[in-house]
Formats: sequence, C-alpha cells, structure tokens
Amino acid sequence: MNIREYMKDHIVYLDGGMGTLLQKQGMKPGEHPERWNLSHPEVITAIHRDYFDAGSNVVNTNTFGANSLKFEAEELERIIRAAVENAKAARDASSNPAPKFVALDIGPTGRMLKPYGDFDFEDAVSVFAQTVQIGAACGVDLIFIETMNDSYETKAALLAAKENSDLPVFVSNAYGSDGKLMTGANPAAMVAMLEGMRADAIGVNCSLGPDALAPVVREYLKYASVPVLLKPNAGLPQMRDGRTVYDVLPEDFAKQVHQLLSEGVRLAGGCCGTTPEYIRAVTAKEMLPVPIAEKAYSCVSSYSHAVFFGKEPVLIGERINPTGKKPFKEALRAHDIDYILREGLSQQEQGVHVLDVNVGLPEIDEVEMITTAVCELQAIINLPLQIDTADTAAMEAALRRYNGKAMVNSVNGKQESMDAVFPLVQKYGGFVVALTLDESGIPATADGRVAIAKRILAEAQKYGIQPKDLIFDPLAMTVSADPMAAQITLESVERIHRELGCCTSLGVSNVSFGLPQRDLINSTFFAMALQRGLDAAIMNPYSYDMMKTWHTFRALNGMDENFAAYIQFAQETPQVQQAAPVAAAGVQPEGKSALQHAIVKGLREQAAQLTAGLLNTMEPLAIVQEEVIPALNDVGVGFENKTVYLPQLLMSAEAAKAAFEQIKAAMPAGSKATRSTFVLATVKGDIHDIGKNIVKLLLENYGFNVVDLGKDVAPETVSETVVNLHAPMAGLSALMTTTVPAMEETIRLLHEKAPWCKVVVGGAVLTLEYADQIGADAYASDAMETVRFAENMEK
Amino acid sequence: MSAVWLWQTKLPPVDTREALRYAGVKESTPEMNELLQECIQLCQNILTPRVCYRFYPVTREDGLDLGFAKTDSMALKRNLAGCEEIVLFAATIGLEMDRLIARYAHLSPSKSVMLQAIGAERIESLCDAFENELIRQGHELGTRFSPGYGDLPLDLQRDIFAALDCPRQIGVSLNDSLLMSPSKSVSAIIGLNGETSERCVHNCALCTLPNCLYRR
Repeated sequence: MNIREYMKDHIVYLDGGMGTLLQKQGMKPGEHPERWNLSHPEVITAIHRDYFDAGSNVVNTNTFGANSLKFEAEELERIIRAAVENAKAARDASSNPAPKFVALDIGPTGRMLKPYGDFDFEDAVSVFAQTVQIGAACGVDLIFIETMNDSYETKAALLAAKENSDLPVFVSNAYGSDGKLMTGANPAAMVAMLEGMRADAIGVNCSLGPDALAPVVREYLKYASVPVLLKPNAGLPQMRDGRTVYDVLPEDFAKQVHQLLSEGVRLAGGCCGTTPEYIRAVTAKEMLPVPIAEKAYSCVSSYSHAVFFGKEPVLIGERINPTGKKPFKEALRAHDIDYILREGLSQQEQGVHVLDVNVGLPEIDEVEMITTAVCELQAIINLPLQIDTADTAAMEAALRRYNGKAMVNSVNGKQESMDAVFPLVQKYGGFVVALTLDESGIPATADGRVAIAKRILAEAQKYGIQPKDLIFDPLAMTVSADPMAAQITLESVERIHRELGCCTSLGVSNVSFGLPQRDLINSTFFAMALQRGLDAAIMNPYSYDMMKTWHTFRALNGMDENFAAYIQFAQETPQVQQAAPVAAAGVQPEGKSALQHAIVKGLREQAAQLTAGLLNTMEPLAIVQEEVIPALNDVGVGFENKTVYLPQLLMSAEAAKAAFEQIKAAMPAGSKATRSTFVLATVKGDIHDIGKNIVKLLLENYGFNVVDLGKDVAPETVSETVVNLHAPMAGLSALMTTTVPAMEETIRLLHEKAPWCKVVVGGAVLTLEYADQIGADAYASDAMETVRFAENMEK
Repeated sequence: MSAVWLWQTKLPPVDTREALRYAGVKESTPEMNELLQECIQLCQNILTPRVCYRFYPVTREDGLDLGFAKTDSMALKRNLAGCEEIVLFAATIGLEMDRLIARYAHLSPSKSVMLQAIGAERIESLCDAFENELIRQGHELGTRFSPGYGDLPLDLQRDIFAALDCPRQIGVSLNDSLLMSPSKSVSAIIGLNGETSERCVHNCALCTLPNCLYRR
C-alpha cells in the first residue's frame, strides 16, 4: 500500500530516537552514526525492527547526516544503500501486521546559507539532491526531511526531494522554546511555504517534549490543510546518577501525544530520548484519526511571518519598479542594489505589508537582477515579496530563491500566460495575482471580467492550485477615458468576492490617469473599492491620501483596536508646513556656518534643509567647496587626532551625504564632477562588511566614484571590474587570518591583470608588515587613512 | 561521557560603557549617548541568547587531551594548569542581530557601527552570565579561552563544532573560513578548579594583536 493512501484514513505511527540507542550499543562520541549502517548492520536492523514491532508504521533510515559534505560519493552511496537495506530487513522481519514503510531520513547540513553564512542555496539543493537520488534508487517509500531549523535550508531540501523523485515527502522542523525556527520563521510562515511546495505532511520534531511543543503544533493544526506530524523529544535531558535521562517518561509522553492526536495531529512518533518503549505506549491506545479540514486561509510568507488576505486590507508597496522613474532606471543600469534596498526599507517604514519587486528593463539581464534583488531584500527586510515580472525565466529564478511563499504578479486569462505561470506556482508555491483579461483584451463589463476569472480558476484547478491561492485584479481603468470605468471595476470586485469567494486586488492609481491631483481621486476610489470588499492594493505608500484612506477605513470598520494605529498616524500627519525655524545661514559658535555645524554635529535633516536653503543663493559647487568639505575635514582631522570617534565621524558623513543629495538634485544633468573610481570589496570567504561599508561612505563623501562589489567577492570578479572600469585604485578588506590568503590571491591577480591599479588593504588582522608581505601597495588602519590614500593617489 | 546541555537566559541591561568602548568611543558625549540609547531600543526583543555546553576531562599524556581534541597550545596549557576538567561551550545572541546590523548598514552606518558594538557587548554579557551560572552550580572557573587566542589554532573550531553539535543545538554554523554564523557568537573552553583559578578580568591580556583599537 502507498503511504499517501494509508494516511488518508489512518493515524500513522512514526519511529523514535536513534542516537541514544546507538550510544548504548557502544557508539563512541565523534563517530558518524551513518557508518554504523555498514559496520553494525545487525544493530541498526534490530533497532528499526524494535520500532516496527512497537507499532511504528514508518521507520526512518539511519541517514540523518548522510550527505556529500560529510562523505565521499562512493562511501555515501554505500551508506545509504546499506541504511535502506537495514530498514527493509527490519520491516520484513517484524511481526507487526500493520502496513509498514521505509522513509529516507534527511537532516540539515549544519551549514548556514548565504548571506549570513557562506553556503549557497543551489549548492544546498545539490547536496540534498545527491542523497535523494541514491535513496530513491534504493526503493524507499517516502522521504522524511527533519530537524530543520532554518526555513531556507528546508526549502532547499524539499526542492531537491521534489526535483529528484516522485516520492511522498514529509517535512519536519525544529522549533525553539520561543515558538520560532532558529532563523526566525513562525509556524504560519512554514505552513504557507511547505504547503505551497506540496509537502505531503508537515510538522515538528525535536527540541522539547510534547506538551512544550503543543503551542507550535496547534498553530500547524490551525493553518495546515495537509496532515500534521509530531516527533517530540522525551522532554528535556537531565543528569541523574551520572547518566543523562529525559524527564518525560513513556506513559506521560503517550498521554501528551494522545491529547495532540485528539486535536488533529495525524502522524506521531518521537525524537531524542525516545525508545521503542515510548512508541509502544503511544500505539497502545486506539485513536481515531480526526478528519483534516481544508483551511481557507489566503496568505504569503517571508522568512519570519505570514501575511493573511481577506481579513484586513493589505498594502502592497509599488515603488520598487522602474516604470516612469529615471533615477531607478539609472540605478538598475549601474547595478546599484543599495538603491533598491533603500526603497524597500523606506516603504516598510511607511507601513506596507508586502513589497512588489519589479526590476525589468529591456537592456539589463532581468534574471540576474531579480535574483539579486530578491536575495538582498530578503536578507534585511522581513516583508513578503511580490515577484512582478513578465519574463518567465526571471519569475522562476526569483520564486526559486525566495525564502517563503511569494506573491506572484501576474497571470492572466491568456492561455499562453497560464501555461507559463501555473507550472511555476505548482512547483514553488505562491499566491497569484490574476488579471481579468485575455486574448481579446479587457472586457468592458463586469460580466466579462467575472467570466475570465472563472476560466482562470478552472485552469488553475488543473495544476492543483486552489482558489484560495488566487487573488483577482479586475483592473482599474482610466475614468478620464470612460466615466463608467470605475463602476465596472468596483462591480467586478464585489462579484468576484461574492460569486467566486476569491480575494481581489487593484493597482489603484491607474483610475486617475490624465487628471490633476491624482491622489484625491485614487484615495476615494480606494475607499470605494475597500467598501466593496477589496482585499489588497498595489499602491504608493508615500501618498498621504492613500494612507489616510487605509487608516480611516480600518478605524471605521472596527479593525483598529483602541484606534492605536489611527491615532499614531494622525499625530504624525504633517501639519501645514511651517517655515523652517532653523536660524538660517547665520554664523554659529566656533565660527562655523549653520551647515558646517549641522555636519559636524551629524544632524542629517538639518543638513539637508540648510543645503536646500543655501542652494537659493549659492552655486552647488561652491557649497561643496566652502561648506561641506571644510566641515568634513574638520571632523576627519578630529578623528585622526582621536578627538572624534568613529560613530561621530559616521554621523557627520551621513549628514554630509544628505547635503550632497540636495546638491546633486540641483546640479544640471550630466555635470558629474566625480573624482577617480575606487573599486571596493570584502575578499572571498569573508562575510564581514561593516568596515568596508564605512570606507565606502567616507570615500563617497569625498567625491570618489565608489564601485562596491560587496562581500565574499571572488578575486576574478575584482580584477574583471577593475579592468573593465580601468579603475586606478582598489580597496580590499578582510577580517580574519583565514581570509587573508584570498586577499593575497586577489592582489596577485590585480597586479597581473591591472598593473596600473594600486591596491590598499585593511581589516582587523592586518598590519603594515602583513600588508607588505602579501604584496599590497598600501595599508590603511582606518577609513580616514583610506581617504587620504585615495587623495594622494590623485595628486 | 556527558551530554550536550542547553542553557537559555534573559540578559541584564546593556553595559553602556562597554558598548561605547566597542564602538571606539573613549569619552562619551551627549550625541554618542543618544545614538547608543536609540540603538539599544532597536535591539529590544530581538535577541535569542542560547548557550550549549559540555564537560570534558583533561589529560596530559602527549600534549593536551581535551576530551574532544588534542592540542599542543602552550597558552592553553598555561591557562588550564592544574585543571582536570573543562567546560566547552558555544554561545550566540541569534541571527536577528546580524539582520539588524545589515539593515542599518543601508539606513545609517553610524547606527550600524553602534549596533555592532552592542552586539559585541551582548554576546560577552551572555558569556559572563553563563560563567556566573557555572559558579552558581559550584564550579571554580579559570578564564575562558577561545580558538585564536595566543597559539590556540582556529582549526580547533571544527572539533568544537563536532563536539557540541552547534548548528542543531543553538543554530550556529561554522563557515569554511572558520568564522561563525550568526556573527555574534562565541566558542570557548573554561578550565574548572585549576591552579589559575584567580581569574583574569580582561581577555586582552591573552591577545597577541599589537595595536588593537579595543585593547584595554
């Protein structure tokens, strides 16, 4: 019998711990348990058999750490083969008449994925893929991914399982006592991602005893429409008479597990500290499986949390999109990821719940760009992302790398579009924006739009994509072209909601195209749509009117407890702009002008305001020469004399940057008076970039054209960039002795390929002597020294 | 043989003088204090301090046998003089701090540097709290000693990670370059009941970096 069939109407009993049993049998600390499949097959088989005899339906092979990071290919294959043989032998020998299955066990690699570790996502997929391929070829019944404490690695493992076999896949995560994975995900986020990728059963194991895990398990039961599994520890380890024992005994363990089975858990076993005795206690009592209800939640998720649609209106920030934005286009062409990140961060500050990500430009490699943007955004922003692209390859690349369940923008009623998008959603999961248009365009009636929505639903069904995973955009059309356009859209919103039971979203601002003061129209249209049941809007969160509508709508609909959000919003509302009370350009103490004072003191807003004021009376370049640079020098010299500390230096640098931004905006286009190009990187293997970022900020302050290659940068990338730009200078940073060889290699390559380029190095472990030793042209002990180096180079 | 134990705690308030020292601020100013306080607020409720540890016997037949690895490090030998037992531990304040520092690298480098300093203070504070817990349990402690101190090779990290199963226990991984992720993590050895149980207050005394900004 197939496990998928069996679990439909049975409780499935899993096995218990392996490690402690092996230690009892004499396994030494430091030994790889996986090797025991080869050296002690009879021991492994006996343990498996004890579990089957105790009532387990599923036994996991002894392959927790069987991957290519720990074992050479040939040994890995032998280990997995033997492990599966041992489990099969136990199955065949067991007296238990119940259906029995052998699961290929897959544990975490122990490596942290990029960007906070150095292990690439695709490398993780490959490592898991090897194990899956061998296990599948050996004829296991299912794949059991377990004890994963990082959502991203979990995704890599599940992807590998799906791409390399047709076997059922169970996925189990290890939660901390704070109810989250070590890397931050909560249960709702994990359910969203794993269900989206079509895991067959999901749940929790390890960490704690059954009672202590109950809150997490209940979250799974609340959100999951697939069977929920549970393999808790036998409580917590304790020392008793010089031996380690776990504090929950079999009877109590079973009682606690039975409680959770009665609440809906469908697969149960044990983890650390549990033995066949525990499993026997669990299986002793006949329990009836609780039917699994299809949960109607519509949601997306990030590495930390899920965002639900249908309860409160969701705001999707639209600003990461080059359409109609010249600076954004320039940033994309220059591969200025920082620009995209700042756009994301400031929209988050404005209060959006999801970020739309569109980085398409005809002349750039969109696949590369969207992959980078998604990876960088999800490194520092915990909002779910909406992948917005018409390029199928870019969409797949982004969905693959996304750490969660993404929002997908978009599919439409054209067969070609559905043929392209739905297979990706089927594979990677997603919450799909579906536009109600098709081969014959956008229907002029609500009837027509609802009809397309129905066709899209039917087509999605073929891929197993549920209606709850679609959100329809019935398209806001321009009222200035057709006065009834808004009415048709609103009627469509209401009918899709009522007749199809699906969520709706709108790109609101299109409605006002061609009219003055568009926000006035947009925000009222937004209010009307919300009243008709709109669930989400793709919108500009910097629009005061739009945010006002959202806040007041929530307040008036009882969605804002104690009006807390509204009151905060109202208090922050800009009053009629007062004339800036700053004592204008008067002379400040110490003979400094107001702007110089603001820069020295690190007052960002004031520096920007004062600069804007000065631009009325002074030439931009004069402000730089007479105001900004003297102030910066003042602070820089102070830093060199140790009277100004690093954070102060940086605050001043930030204030100067704010001034420069005003000045840049006032300069005529094309009049770029930048100084030499400086290529900057943290070397390969090193993921520390704080020092490098400080150097970057200061160099930019002093007008250098800094090309920042980031951290963990290969020598080839540095030298190619220097050659391509014919950069006269490069700066390399390394934090640890272990990464200095990579620095040496980079210098060697630079001197070979770009002999004109002078290389300055810095970082915690470096000294002048060390820098000389590895062939650097200069050593800088801090950021100011790097600036001085660069200035000297220009002389 | 002992098992790997887990220890979790709530950290005491930030030691502002220490944090400022890590930020390179020798004498505080109102601006620096304000920046520090703002950054302390940002760290509220995001830290997940976790420690995992294990006791090992020490023997000295050829070199120093730590129970999980052997070493010839003279500095560690001195540090462990007279000890027959050690605690091996790894500690972290969690990945969220790395994310916060990275986020502010884009928003405000001065805050990023201050957050970095607070992170350093927090992980040291966690190590101190853990030592106090060991003292409470009745142990007499030497000075904690980490790979990279003196002549103790960084390679020892591999053995430490194998012995403590850090990725699974506390979510800390070892990178190829022997750096730890999350970055605000510490691994160290503490000698128990040894001759040098007069504890060295500052680990700077053990360090060989000549002109370190943070040297006391």
